[in-house]
Amino acid sequence: MVNSDLTILVIDENTIRASIIEEGLHEAGHLHVSIIHEVNGVARIIETLKPDVIIIDIENPNRDMMEHLFQLTRTVSRPIAMFVDRSDSSLIEAAMDAGVSAYVVDGLKKERVKSILDMAVSRFNAFSRLQRELAEAKSALEERKVIERAKGILMKMRGLSEEQAFALLRQTAMNEKKKMADIAQSVVTAAGLLM
Amino acid sequence: MLINRDVGELAAPPSARGKAQRLLRAGFIPLVDASVLIAASEFGFAAKEGLTLDLVKDVSWSNIRDRLAFRQFDIAHMLSPMPVASMLGLGSNPSPTITPFSLGRGGNAITLSVNLFERMRNTAGLTENAGALANATALGKTIGQMRERGERLLTLGITYPFSSHNYELRYWLAAGGIDPDRDVKLVVVPPPLTADALQAGAIDGFCVGAPWNMIASERGVGRIVAAKQDIWPMAPEKVIAMRPDWADDNSDTVSRLIVALDAAARWCDRPENHEALAEALTDQRFIAAPVEIIRQVLAGDFSLDAKGNRRIIPNYFIFNRGFANYPKPGHALWIYSQMIRWGQAEFSETALKAAAEAYRPDLYREALGTGPAGEDITMEGNDYHFLDRHLFDPTNMRSYVDNFAVSALKTKTSGGRIA
Repeated sequence: MVNSDLTILVIDENTIRASIIEEGLHEAGHLHVSIIHEVNGVARIIETLKPDVIIIDIENPNRDMMEHLFQLTRTVSRPIAMFVDRSDSSLIEAAMDAGVSAYVVDGLKKERVKSILDMAVSRFNAFSRLQRELAEAKSALEERKVIERAKGILMKMRGLSEEQAFALLRQTAMNEKKKMADIAQSVVTAAGLLM
Repeated sequence: MLINRDVGELAAPPSARGKAQRLLRAGFIPLVDASVLIAASEFGFAAKEGLTLDLVKDVSWSNIRDRLAFRQFDIAHMLSPMPVASMLGLGSNPSPTITPFSLGRGGNAITLSVNLFERMRNTAGLTENAGALANATALGKTIGQMRERGERLLTLGITYPFSSHNYELRYWLAAGGIDPDRDVKLVVVPPPLTADALQAGAIDGFCVGAPWNMIASERGVGRIVAAKQDIWPMAPEKVIAMRPDWADDNSDTVSRLIVALDAAARWCDRPENHEALAEALTDQRFIAAPVEIIRQVLAGDFSLDAKGNRRIIPNYFIFNRGFANYPKPGHALWIYSQMIRWGQAEFSETALKAAAEAYRPDLYREALGTGPAGEDITMEGNDYHFLDRHLFDPTNMRSYVDNFAVSALKTKTSGGRIA
């Protein structure tokens, strides 16, 4: 709850990830958190919000636009620099690996930013883990479906029982050193061509 | 045998001691001016020097800068002003950056929306094939007329605050009597979005590298009004950047890299190789633009608009000829002069030295054993003219900058240029 007076702006085109970060920051006691999903009009938002920390995803090509903005605002005396302290390179590397970058108002103490950045990094990582798991679950489901279809085709065309069809697919996969789903897919494709 | 080997190891030269780095992670932005780097990897020039290039496509120059600074990249395709900015401590994450090799000249152009160009023709009686300076003057007149009528400021896109595009667009505007900080609004637009932004009316024009100008004109939404050749043909465009400490620790690898890039640049320059180069560049891993457009870009065959007006720009891309890869410190100083002109940097002798040191001809000469005749810091603009026919004397930076009628130094006192 120590840092609750800091104003944080999160820019992320991914709405789900943005809300995961927002939640994390709230839990850590940061009450002044704003989220935007696109950078259009960000200049005005920064002017009015005067954020101490800006968190932006690295895959956003509009980062270069922010750089330009900071060049301009510098002349209006709002110095913003990335990463307060270059000495903490492990944190910076972790941030870049996770896909987070941050802009921090010059002069803000390192310790105050570190916890925010740590939080963003762990949430970004959690989000990509979640996405990976989801993708894996999806593909497992797809694989099961195609195996079911191949089994059905073999049962019908070669008069096999369900167990025999399954055993045939598994044996072929082992012989050819391929995944069962790949063999099943070939069966489905071939059947599509032949029937 | 064992003993011999041990002795051999002890006597090994520094470059063979420890593990010399042979796999280089190289960041790049999908643009035709990354050709030399891509060709070095794809057509065996790096392999011949025992190097493997792991090319990593990125989405922003800020990322390229940060990933190089924080060691995720060993080398990177960078805008020529970026190492200069880094050495001057400009930008939001300046970290020492040098370049021993320029990736060539050319590739940039300025495109305006067809509507705006039509208006310029009506206002200033431009001919179909007016030159870059006449186009700039016509734009100045049009802006004056728009101001009288209380119309909004025109918005023009650049790619990055420390970019050749920023300085070239500003140079062109200023030559037409337009103050880039008062008479128009400059915004940053990522290169792949420029043609779309123009079409959507979000911007009225832009200065960007190939192939994006050509894409806008082919689509019939943009009209090319100036090319880099018109503004100053000698300006370096992109460079290969690296950290100075990394270059020191890997001097043998740096030399091999320069040899590989030099061979790739020679290859890219030969027209008979353009077909193979275009085929490689069109790949999803690289530029992912239509192959016909890339072919045309490499040939410098420009459709100025969708009406069929063409302009062949000889030497639109120079990958190697005339020591185009030589990192000339005098060119870094010209970039510094433009930074001063537009208020990004201030003049000092220390900064002058730092700017020149961003470009490292010593590494180039060491690797290739050759280089252009003459000094590294010379008068520029005699053989290859600037758009406004000024001469750049790097030893007299202050008066060079003061002599521009339009600059941020003058804006401070006078307000906008166009009444």
